[in-house]
Amino acid sequence: MAGVLSQRGSRTSVKAILMATTSSTLDSKREPVTATAIGTRRKRPFLLDLYSTAVGKKYVMAISGIAMMGFVLFHMIGNLKMYMGETALNHYAEFLKELLYPLAPKGVVLWILRGGLITMLLLHLHAAWSLTRLNRFARAVKYQGPRDYQVAKFASRTMRWTGIIVLSYLIWHILDLTLGVVNTTGTNGEFVKGEVYQNVLNSLNRPVVAAFYVIANVLLGIHLFHGAWSIFQSLGWNNPRFNTWRRGFATAFATIVVVGNVSFPIAVIAGIVK
Amino acid sequence: MSHLKNLKLKVWRQKGPADSGHFENYTIDEISDEASFLEMLDVLNEQLISDNKEAVVFDHDCREGICGTCSLMINGVAHGPQKATTTCQLHMRTFKSGDTIVVEPWRATAFPIIKDLMVDRGAFDRIIESGGFITAVTGGAPDANLIPIPKPVADAAMDSAACIGCGACVAACPNGAANLFTAAKISHLNYLPQGQAERHKRTEAMVETMDEHFGSCTNHGECSAACPKEISVDVIALMNKDYRASKFKNRKELSR
Repeated sequence: MAGVLSQRGSRTSVKAILMATTSSTLDSKREPVTATAIGTRRKRPFLLDLYSTAVGKKYVMAISGIAMMGFVLFHMIGNLKMYMGETALNHYAEFLKELLYPLAPKGVVLWILRGGLITMLLLHLHAAWSLTRLNRFARAVKYQGPRDYQVAKFASRTMRWTGIIVLSYLIWHILDLTLGVVNTTGTNGEFVKGEVYQNVLNSLNRPVVAAFYVIANVLLGIHLFHGAWSIFQSLGWNNPRFNTWRRGFATAFATIVVVGNVSFPIAVIAGIVK
Repeated sequence: MSHLKNLKLKVWRQKGPADSGHFENYTIDEISDEASFLEMLDVLNEQLISDNKEAVVFDHDCREGICGTCSLMINGVAHGPQKATTTCQLHMRTFKSGDTIVVEPWRATAFPIIKDLMVDRGAFDRIIESGGFITAVTGGAPDANLIPIPKPVADAAMDSAACIGCGACVAACPNGAANLFTAAKISHLNYLPQGQAERHKRTEAMVETMDEHFGSCTNHGECSAACPKEISVDVIALMNKDYRASKFKNRKELSR
């Protein structure tokens, strides 16, 4: 090192050497030191490095979760227009396409929002997938006797299942009411783009579909019941001033979304919305 | 003093790390309800030794509930059914005559089984080595209370410092995560003024060492329920917050 110093002698090279030593000490800390290590750390760009740890992935889970919670809430509120009649709902659907209309061309803002949501969904899925894999590795040999869980709730223990079912429901829902591919058996005719109210009625008048919507939304509620609470922990939002409110918030949020969403198929089947 | 009669035990026997292991059934004809769980296992071992069989290997040390050496998954619960109690402080009065008790070692990839009920918890040491310390001036002992610390902060740090490192949090976690242990150790030092100099270096290093060995937190709360020292999951939130801050701060410090 002394040779390097005398050769260059400039301040920058000293700094470079100092930096190199500091970062190498940091790196040496990250070497796995036992045979039980299930992963190794290597140098990555900053954001990827952050994402590479389980704690970082939980941040991504939480942030993408918040974005999708926002969507789910406003989707439910928008759908309440159904109770105000055909014109109100169809007008609302048209409004979504015209968001910021004279400023941006029609549909552009909607597609930006959709792009954001798809990105969030993919991030949520990737984080969930890799964390699940990590957790499997972390207990390669399971308990051979029966486990007796003390506080883990049904909601928290079934996150993966409710998540997968809600995802398949989401795909079906897009095929049903956005693209209309699976919505051609309506009693009042075919799927017509833009005729939101009629399309919804056609779809939900099929009892099996209505039942599927109800079940999927209850599962979404169970997912939210744990997720909306879990966000606070994952993001480190913990403060005695509001800790008691976190469970209440999650319960209220899940209840509002489920009650709103479940009311639509029930209202159609019961003939309240015609 | 009453006695429990005809206790059935299903104990995990494993010859060594490579052995696949199996449950073995034993009966304890009579045991005092004032015996601790480990004393009951001692009785079992006496029985086995007099029958010329190999004794059951299990971890134990202080038997006062403060050293963190004993472990055991008892009927699917870490440290058994009694809340805030280590296995050594669990007494047989918690059970009834004729009960069947399933005893299994901690199970996690990071905690390989050495023999029977004994596991290697060295992965915890790796986490501590990576940052669970402060730099202190050596020499004469400093005066007590030289650094004033607000009472609530001292209390919070003490709550975290209560962690005895037994590994029940990992054992109880459905994901085999060590977040409660690591968070307790991090927050214990991060709360206090003495721990501030290395706060960010410590948090990043300890979280990332933990990441190399253990699973991830899904906020079930099983760890806290199993913890013999009742450490709250609140410390995990603090660790998550400090980890985020540390990643940014440490990166900034490298650029100086």
